[in-house]
Amino acid sequence: MDAILRVEKLSKVFESGFIRRSLVKAVDNVSFELSEGEIVSLVGQSGSGKTTLAKIILRLLEPSSGDVWFMDKNVWKDLKTLDDLKWYWKNVHAIFQNPYASFNPFYKVDRVLNQALKLIGKEPNSEEAKRVIEESLKFVGLGPDEVLGKYPHQLSGGQLQRILIARAWIIKPKLLIADEPVSMLDVSTRGKIIELFDIMRKKYGTTILFVSHDLGISYVISDRIFVMYQGKIIEEGSPDDILLNPTHEYTKELIASVPTLYRKWSF
Amino acid sequence: MERLNISNLSAYYRQLIVNKEYLVKAVDKVSLNLMEGEVLGVVGESGCGKSTLARAVMMNIIPPLEYIGGRITLTTREGNVLELNKLTRNDLKKMVWGKHVAIVPQDAMSALMPTLKIKRIAYDIVRSHEDSVDYSTVLEALRNRLTSLGLSERVADMYPFELSGGMGQRTVIAMATLLSPEVLIVDEPTSALDVLTQKTVLKTLMDLLKRKYVDSIMFISHDIATVRQVASRIAVMYAGKIVEVAPTEEILQNPLHPYTKGLMESIASLEPEVRRRGIKYIPGQPPSLINPPSGCRFADRCSFAMDICRREEPALVEVSPDHSVACWLHIRR
Repeated sequence: MDAILRVEKLSKVFESGFIRRSLVKAVDNVSFELSEGEIVSLVGQSGSGKTTLAKIILRLLEPSSGDVWFMDKNVWKDLKTLDDLKWYWKNVHAIFQNPYASFNPFYKVDRVLNQALKLIGKEPNSEEAKRVIEESLKFVGLGPDEVLGKYPHQLSGGQLQRILIARAWIIKPKLLIADEPVSMLDVSTRGKIIELFDIMRKKYGTTILFVSHDLGISYVISDRIFVMYQGKIIEEGSPDDILLNPTHEYTKELIASVPTLYRKWSF
Repeated sequence: MERLNISNLSAYYRQLIVNKEYLVKAVDKVSLNLMEGEVLGVVGESGCGKSTLARAVMMNIIPPLEYIGGRITLTTREGNVLELNKLTRNDLKKMVWGKHVAIVPQDAMSALMPTLKIKRIAYDIVRSHEDSVDYSTVLEALRNRLTSLGLSERVADMYPFELSGGMGQRTVIAMATLLSPEVLIVDEPTSALDVLTQKTVLKTLMDLLKRKYVDSIMFISHDIATVRQVASRIAVMYAGKIVEVAPTEEILQNPLHPYTKGLMESIASLEPEVRRRGIKYIPGQPPSLINPPSGCRFADRCSFAMDICRREEPALVEVSPDHSVACWLHIRR
């Protein structure tokens, strides 16, 4: 399979301090490839640089050095016109941790779906648009009456997160970057979101980069896992490789300290 | 020996929305007990009333929360029985809180006054219970506690900002139990910490029990995988009610309530068997606690719901030794 996303020697250095400069390497010489239809997890504890890396791929943050290649285009050098950018937004989509922060509280939730329709060149008021919206909501298991015409505060986090997935379904991006998409949701509703990701990948070949600090969820849903530590990817492999034969000390320690359901620690 | 007995405890929030009063039934007829030497885990999802339960058990009731009814009795080491629900707030403050029952609430570290050293804060805590205690006694007790719980003695001389998240949480726990209360309630003690430090906090809690600084612990959390590491029994809470209580291994191997089952199957645990079977979810969302359904509160999300479930509320009934469940599927009529 061809790589859809290629990250080459990517680094991001943050400078802080006025008189005494200090440098923080948030992302440190990271390279990897993602193929079509893969679910790959980027795990690491807070401050390991995983969100910074996701932001660089999304073109929200400029890298200090290195390249991001998406479908053979250099994301930070080749995209120049508005049309280029629109092409990129259509193909690379993101879902973030806090669904309440992803919506503008002054507008009804319909707006994010309408914007998605505009992006793919459909008039939001047309009959066809209405049908697409209904289909997308059906896909994520929401009734149109349940959510349309409502404001974000009237809906639960799980419902909002599903609306964002409905938007992704409308756009059908090639790459979906999900940054902690379930960590604010209740455990009993997380499975629904995970299931939707799995269908997106199977049906539409969407590649999913799943950024998370929760090793458990990454382990259950991913094809491959990257473990990030202090800005570097220190280990990568299939979930079972990582769980059963971790090689790096940090990974070993991490796995040993994640509490599990059917194994009890001794104190 | 039974340390704490909670029977039919109800505590509601009184809410005023546009001149209309609503009662939010956050803790509704909850019955639980806590035995000497045990950790009781209370698990539930956000908004199920578990933090309210923690406050209600201590009778720390401040408006808009209201005590509606129920009995809470605590048996002290000397064998005295205190009925918490009959005591005034002043008596509770002077005689009960900190001495017999202590709480480490969520985000407990924010209770540390940033301009005072830890030893000074500890002195203030003890002084509020024993007027005549002198500083050096408290300081010595604090230093002993810190070292026996695996923290450095130097922590006493530090300011709160000098402590890391895990160390801070352990210090707060050490200070809350300085007077060796019989019962300790901890509310989400590990959820703000990363996994590597979570374990040290759990170890501190177990040390408290081992050294008999506390007699029993009520461990409130949303994370069953964490709770199961320390709890000998687990109570599952849903929409203000306890739906199932059983010994830890029993509830994990043989969950009876459909909610407990669904919850267990939704957990993405780092274990090969979980990856093989995948994770499930419970459709729908919890009911509003303002006007909860008259029957079983889980009925709308339950795939086994029968007629009676929507009509009548199931009581928490012991179906096998030590295993209680509130579900019509398991109650013999």
